[in-house]
Amino acid sequence: MQPNDLERIARQIRLRDLQAVYEAGAGHIGGEMSATDILTALYFKVLRVWPEQPKHPERDRFVLSKGHVALALYVTLAKRGFIPEEEIHTFLKPHSRLNGHPNCNKVPGVETNTGPLGHGLPVAVGMALAAKLRGATYHTYVLTGDGEMQEGSNWEAISSAAQFGLNNLTLIIDHNRFQQGAALKDTNDLAPFASKLVAFGWDVTEINGNEMAEIVPALEKRTARPHCIVAHTNKGHGISFMQDRVDWHHRVPNAEQYQIALAELSETL
Amino acid sequence: MNAIATPAKLHDCRDAFVAVLERLGAENPNVVAVCNDSVGSSKLGGFKSKFPERLVNVGIAEQNMVGVGAGLANGGLLPFVCGASCFLTGRSLEQVKADIAYSNANVKLVGISSGMAYGELGPTHHSIEDFAWTRVLPNLPVIAPCDSIETAAAVEWAANYPGPVFLRLSRVGVPDLLPAGHVFQMGKANLLRDGDAVTLIANGTLTHRMMKAAEILATEGIQARVLNMATVRPIDVEAVVAAVRDTGAILTAEEHSVFGGLGSAIAEVVVAEAPAPMKILGVPGIFAPTGSAEFLLDEFGMAPSAVAEAAKSLLARKSGRA
Repeated sequence: MQPNDLERIARQIRLRDLQAVYEAGAGHIGGEMSATDILTALYFKVLRVWPEQPKHPERDRFVLSKGHVALALYVTLAKRGFIPEEEIHTFLKPHSRLNGHPNCNKVPGVETNTGPLGHGLPVAVGMALAAKLRGATYHTYVLTGDGEMQEGSNWEAISSAAQFGLNNLTLIIDHNRFQQGAALKDTNDLAPFASKLVAFGWDVTEINGNEMAEIVPALEKRTARPHCIVAHTNKGHGISFMQDRVDWHHRVPNAEQYQIALAELSETL
Repeated sequence: MNAIATPAKLHDCRDAFVAVLERLGAENPNVVAVCNDSVGSSKLGGFKSKFPERLVNVGIAEQNMVGVGAGLANGGLLPFVCGASCFLTGRSLEQVKADIAYSNANVKLVGISSGMAYGELGPTHHSIEDFAWTRVLPNLPVIAPCDSIETAAAVEWAANYPGPVFLRLSRVGVPDLLPAGHVFQMGKANLLRDGDAVTLIANGTLTHRMMKAAEILATEGIQARVLNMATVRPIDVEAVVAAVRDTGAILTAEEHSVFGGLGSAIAEVVVAEAPAPMKILGVPGIFAPTGSAEFLLDEFGMAPSAVAEAAKSLLARKSGRA
C-alpha cells in the first residue's frame, strides 16, 4: 500500500470519526485527529495482524495507551475488518461494546484495557518481554499521548525496557503539544522528549506524525535498543478550526461547525 | 477431631509457595516470577537459580511490575507477580484494577508479608487494607490461606485457574491445620471443628487462633464451629447461611482492618440472607502502634483467650435475643 492510499484511508477514518463524535455527542476529537495517521499506518501497512484471528499468538501487538481516543481505534479496527463498520453507530450507546475506552474482552483487536493514563507502556513492556522469553517474533507497538508521559509509571517502564534490551518494542509519542486543559509547555513540560529517551537508553526517531511518508519508515525501523518515535502532530489535524486548539480536546462540534468540518474532510477524499 | 489440640510446629507459608512455584516452573516453561527487588522477601532465590531467565525483576517499580505482568500474560506466559502486599496492592491498585481485573489478565498476584507481618516497621508496611481494596474488583478471586498445606494447594489451584487471582500470604509462622493432600476449592470454606453454640470464621494467620479459642470454649462446655474461609471473594454464602442456621451467631477475626475485609464480606451475607448476632474482630480502624504482628493481634483482642471472651459475649447477645 502506497502513502497516497494510506492518506486516503486516514481521511476516511477522520471523516467517520467526526461523524461518530457528532452522532454520539461526545468523544476526544482533537487527539483522535492527531493520532489517525499513525493508526492508519499501523493497521493498513505495518502491523502483522489477522482480523479473522484476533488472538493469533504471532500477531504484532498494538496498545492504545491514550485510551480516550478509542473511537479512532474503533473506526480503524472496523475499516480493517475486526468489527463491523456499521457498529460504529453504537459508539457510547447503552450496552454497546464500544464505550469511551477500549475493552479487550469485548472488542476484537484490543489487547489490554486502557483509560487511566500511564498503563499501556508497562503492559507493552511485558508483551515485548514475553516475546523475548518465548522466542516469538512479533513486534509490540504502543501509542501514548505527550501529556500522558507525565505519568511516572511510563518512566518506570521506559527504564525497564532498556534494562531488558527490548529491541522488539516501539513507543510512539503523539506529541500534539496539548493536554486536556492546557498546552504541555504550560503544564509540566516534558519536551523535548528525544534527549530524555536517549538518556534512558532508547533509540529515538523524530518525525512529522501527520506525514505518512515519514510515519511508515519510522514504524518499520528496527533498532538495537527500544525504539521511541516522537511523532510531532497537530491536535485536531485535518479540520482547520480545531487544529492546535486546546479547547477541542473533547469538545463536540455544533451543527454549523460539523458542516464545515465535513466539507473540509470530504473535499480531500 | 475436637479433642486434638492445634499442632505446635509453625511454618512460614512462603516456603510452601515457592516449593510449588519451583515445581510448576520445572513442569511448565511458561511459568515466570515477576518481582520488585523482592527476590529475598518473596523467597524467590531458588526459582531464580533454577530458572534465571524466568525471574523478571523490574526493580522498585510496582506499577510497572503489575503492568508487565499483564503484558507477559498477553504474550502467553503464566506470571506470578510477587511483592510485599502493602506495595503490590496499594501502590499499584489502579494497575490491578485496569490491567489485571478489568482486562481479565491471567496473572497471579502474590501479596507477601500481608497483614501486620512487618509489625515493627509500622503502618506504611502493614497491609491491613488489601482485602478491602481487592475484593471490590470483579474477576479477581481473593484468597488468604491459613497454613502451609492450604498455601501449596491454593498456588497449585491458581496456576490452573484461567484468570487473575490475588493470593494473600504471610511470613508469620502458623501451624498446619488442614490435612495433607488437601485440595483447594475457590469459595469453599473448610470445617475445621464442629459445634452448635457459635461459629468462628477466619483465614490466614487467624484461623489457628480461632482453633485455640474453640479449645478454650470447649473446656467451658461451649462447642464452637470453626470455619477456615480462605476465599474472601467469592464468599462462601452457603457456609455462612448454614453457620447461622446451625449455630445462631458468627464471630470473625482477620489480620486486616475491621472495615471492608473478611468480616464485612460475611456481614454482607448475614444481612441479606440470614440475620444473626455477629461480631468482627480485626484492626479497629487505626494505624497500629509499634509491635510485632503477634503482639498487635493480641493487642487488638485476637489472643485466643480474648476471642473466647468475645464469643461468650456474642452468646449472651444470642440468648438475649432468644
